[in-house]
Amino acid sequence: MRWIDWMSDWVSHRCNGSIAARVGIHTAIIALALSIPASAQAPAAPASRFVVVLDAAHGGDDPGGSLRDSSGAVQPEKAITLALSVRLRSLLAARGIAVVTTRESDTSVDTGRRSEIANRANAQACISLHASQSGTGIHLFSSSLALAEPARFVPWKTAQAAWVTRSLALAGVLNSALLHAGMTVTLGRTAMPAIDSMTCPAVAIEIASEITADKAQSIGPGDAGYQARVTQALAAAILEWRTSATRTEAPHP
Amino acid sequence: MGTVLWQLRARAHQRLLAGMDTTPTQAPLVTPPEQATLYFASDAENSLSAEVLSLPLPPSPNARARAVLGKLLDLYAMPNAAHPVPGGASAIAQVFLLPAQDSSAPSPVSPAKDSKAGPLLAVVNLTGAFAAGHPSGLESETLTMLSICATLHANLPRVTQVRFLVDGQPRATLAGHADLTRTYLTADAVPTEGTHP
Repeated sequence: MRWIDWMSDWVSHRCNGSIAARVGIHTAIIALALSIPASAQAPAAPASRFVVVLDAAHGGDDPGGSLRDSSGAVQPEKAITLALSVRLRSLLAARGIAVVTTRESDTSVDTGRRSEIANRANAQACISLHASQSGTGIHLFSSSLALAEPARFVPWKTAQAAWVTRSLALAGVLNSALLHAGMTVTLGRTAMPAIDSMTCPAVAIEIASEITADKAQSIGPGDAGYQARVTQALAAAILEWRTSATRTEAPHP
Repeated sequence: MGTVLWQLRARAHQRLLAGMDTTPTQAPLVTPPEQATLYFASDAENSLSAEVLSLPLPPSPNARARAVLGKLLDLYAMPNAAHPVPGGASAIAQVFLLPAQDSSAPSPVSPAKDSKAGPLLAVVNLTGAFAAGHPSGLESETLTMLSICATLHANLPRVTQVRFLVDGQPRATLAGHADLTRTYLTADAVPTEGTHP
């Protein structure tokens, strides 16, 4: 009812000192407002849409780790995370899911900015993509912050605390989908500045080498086929997350 | 005259040596080995597992903390380690033990609790060379820090909080991923049976 406020201000300005005149005109404005059908008033807020934030870790002058592929060539982690982000974004967009990315090229984005992008997007899932030479399979990490009650004002560095339960649930859905795709998965909790400041269900996914069934070969995270299988599984998991009954409204203070 | 002085000096030196008794009067102190629990990380399983080793540990808590962590990192630096991390015992520059503050009711003016019985905060000062050479990765960095926290608590149960420095300075991450600015709770680091950290 903003136009009523504007009218009230105009009346107050015009009728300085004349209380009776102001009362009369305000009464007329209210009567006029009540006579207007509700459908002609301000339109209702649009329904919330399902948004996924993809955070390709590192970038620009932060190359991340160094990964060596089967041919011996060294690839920086930032290149692999960007490739994963692009693949996953395409898969999700093809399924009608709105995607927000923290970077779409080899640019530097600090951790605070990544969290800010995620928080402004009001996302239902935030995925931080990493790659590593250590270990094997897929490592899923959620924040190790202790669960906290939602509040109107929260410390930036521990904003994720109110979302830990839902982040763990998201990690569970991702775990199921990756296992169903035949991948080795480990779950853990970690302290990571980017996801600790996110106000959404947030999971960090670290892709390490995959050992073939006959244990004869190790497939690195830079392998295109491996990336395709991983992103397909992640896309399926996010679809499951969207339709899952565990997706409830955001914990408002 | 010079010759006389030289001879007098030589005689005085010999008298001095004759008067010295170099027989050791006290046997050197050898610390007997004690049972120490170390939490070893495994990259393949993304988990910690406890092992008990026999180590000579000094009586001082600070030195004891440094000794167990040094052994832990020595084993990580060995070939074919389940959690390969270069550096060894020299990666630990110092370990400081301070009274831990109760985070639920901080009061800058209140006196510290009895430091002889209360919980302790361990500040582990790592070397810059260790941080620079540490493998970059979420799993690897997380496991290193959690194994340090769990090992400290296992051998010094009063240690309930751990903070990290690198070359005496705060650092954002260990090697690009795990947060080094947070205070780690040892209760979160020690794994329960059958679970990952």
